[in-house]
Amino acid sequence: MSEKPKDTAVTNPAQSQGAATLTKDPAPGETLLKVTGLQKHFPIRKGLLQRQVGAVRAVDGLDFEVRAGETLGVVGESGCGKSTMGRLITRLLEPTAGTVEFEGKDITHLNVSGMRPLRRDVQMIFQDPYSSLNPRHTIGTIIGAPFKLQGVTPEGGVKKEVQRLLSVVGLNPEHYNRYPHEFSGGQRQRIGIARALALNPKLVVADEPVSALDVSIQAQVVNLLDDLQQELGLTYVIIAHDLSVVRHVSDRIAVMYLGKIVELADRDSLYKAPMHPYTKALMSAVPIPDPARRGAKSERILLQGDVPSPIAPPSGCRFHTRCWKATQICKTTEPPMLELKPGQRVACHHPENAEDQAPQDTVLLSAAKEAGELVPDAVLAESAQTSQAVANETAAAKKPAVAEETAAENPAVAKETAASEESAEDK
Amino acid sequence: MTAPLHEPTAEAAPNAAEEAAVAGAEEAKQAVQGRSLGRIAWERLKRDKLALTGGIVVLVLIAIALLAPVITGLVGQDPETRHEDLIDPLFGTPTGSLGGISGDHLFGVEPVSGRDIFARIVYGAQISLLVGFLSAIVAVILGTVLGILAGFFGGWVDSFISRVMDGLLAFPQLLFIIALVSVMPNSMLGLEGTSVRVFVMILVIGFFGWPYVGRVVRGQTLSLREREYVEAARSLGAGRFYILFKELLPNLVAPIIVYTTMMIPTNILTEAALSFLGVGVKPPTASWGQMLSSAIDYYDSDPMYMVIPGVAIFITVLAFNLFGDGVRDALDPKGSR
Repeated sequence: MSEKPKDTAVTNPAQSQGAATLTKDPAPGETLLKVTGLQKHFPIRKGLLQRQVGAVRAVDGLDFEVRAGETLGVVGESGCGKSTMGRLITRLLEPTAGTVEFEGKDITHLNVSGMRPLRRDVQMIFQDPYSSLNPRHTIGTIIGAPFKLQGVTPEGGVKKEVQRLLSVVGLNPEHYNRYPHEFSGGQRQRIGIARALALNPKLVVADEPVSALDVSIQAQVVNLLDDLQQELGLTYVIIAHDLSVVRHVSDRIAVMYLGKIVELADRDSLYKAPMHPYTKALMSAVPIPDPARRGAKSERILLQGDVPSPIAPPSGCRFHTRCWKATQICKTTEPPMLELKPGQRVACHHPENAEDQAPQDTVLLSAAKEAGELVPDAVLAESAQTSQAVANETAAAKKPAVAEETAAENPAVAKETAASEESAEDK
Repeated sequence: MTAPLHEPTAEAAPNAAEEAAVAGAEEAKQAVQGRSLGRIAWERLKRDKLALTGGIVVLVLIAIALLAPVITGLVGQDPETRHEDLIDPLFGTPTGSLGGISGDHLFGVEPVSGRDIFARIVYGAQISLLVGFLSAIVAVILGTVLGILAGFFGGWVDSFISRVMDGLLAFPQLLFIIALVSVMPNSMLGLEGTSVRVFVMILVIGFFGWPYVGRVVRGQTLSLREREYVEAARSLGAGRFYILFKELLPNLVAPIIVYTTMMIPTNILTEAALSFLGVGVKPPTASWGQMLSSAIDYYDSDPMYMVIPGVAIFITVLAFNLFGDGVRDALDPKGSR
């Protein structure tokens, strides 16, 4: 697929005509979307009277903001609530609690007609290019639907605009009258992107935009998204479980686990020095496509067991059942989301690469000891080392009284490494 | 699934080349025109010989029903004239072999009354097809509307409609129709006699048929409304009616067409059964089921009187079923192109 057509097409003034834009674009860096305490619980009903017996807490308290012009990547395992989050901020689902603000306007509980004007500014790209296009409609109808639904007539008519959009996403404008089944997966995803771009939105939420595509096509689509962002000044929220894709496209990354964000940081900070143990485990799972460096694979952190059920999530920190650093406090108290480093927020009592938030609590849970057995020694040693370095740093910076406290922690860290080394020898 | 499997590939190849040439010529005519799913289905149907034969027979039957007066006029007969001179006064059976088949009376004459069987078969096709088609249309409209509502809105709407469907499916349909038709007034809504009975039969057969369509449509809607293109439409600000009519309904057309073609033969059989049981069309109006019914007394002495309407019903139902099967295969997206 040639990328050539976009050069001519993107510079087309139709984009800047503002026909589909209600307000002036916010300057880059300003907050475009702000989410506070967002929750979505799906009720579980049983019996004749459909009594509610519980709830799937798919999204359970999210706080984050998306700045104009940036790409926020959202990663996490299957079932952690990523897609639900995406559908909540595009208001395809009704939040149970919390607020969603778009350009300072509360859109949490707007109804269908109240949302309609906002739909121009917030668009969505869907995961499955086979089910996101109606098989009975032509491409022209599909990409033209936004104009029809919004009652917008673009300059030069709908057909011309649709053909322009087709060339923007690198498809042949002549294919206007074709049906979705006549296209490949990658081409279909481009059609989905063209539809999302039709109304010149400000925010595009992409729900796993490439996970259904062949790897060779993934790169094309990711690069297309990247190019479009640069040329149209789009803001993206990209939901994915492929860490290499997220790394490639994101400016900031949110890591989700069981309906909560456990870490939210700049891309480089996150990949260089992940703070949450879960993030670290995720990072270690990225395959290394280099046989010469295959040895590095031994540092992979295996997590024990499955993700717990979101119907009855674990108490305290939700990761404590699988974490090799979990202590009593992780079981009882939910860690607050704290900015431990500029641009890096994390919710953990015992973060990596940062000061321990609960240094007094040193006794590992028995589950954590078991989990620790799966963690390579090299990782633990490195972790102990960095913890100590951070501790020393803070100790030096703080008053001597505080230094004593941190010093008391050091033997504990040493003990922890010793214990895991012992268990490794036992094996 | 069709031709290439049974025919040698050598024979299929020129076909493909021919098609490509035709496609090429068409493309030259109207730039790049996509092939819609409907057109693909039609091309698939054209290759299914059996279904095509069924379809042609169906068309011929429809033509016969519509042109009944013309056809009977051509052979110089009419369904109600009695030819008592052709009846053996002693036994009441037609004189001559095979129930009186002759150049004048292609299918012979009826025992006792001596009415021309060919003319009655031709006129009987009118009743059969009228009841078959119209009751299927009643069932499809009711079933589609209620099924789509149940599937799309869910909740108590779905529960209510689904329970009604369950109830209707459990209802002794035939007994109900017999009871209802036997207490029918002779005239209602400006209709008289036979028309009243036909009208009531259409409504009742259609009414008891809709749950079959309704269940299929409901199930399809349930699955379709979760597709991402519905969400995509919602994310563009589409309302419920847009989603129902523009996104869902076009995708329901295929199963609805299939169900309609499969329902018509069933309804034709029901009509024949009702007439056979004496609650359908009353003589002298001709109906295949009613002819079968009166043939019972003569199965021994005049077997042709029973065979002819039986074969008529058989051919009609078979043709519709073959055609319906072909349509289903053609519209099945999982079948080979």
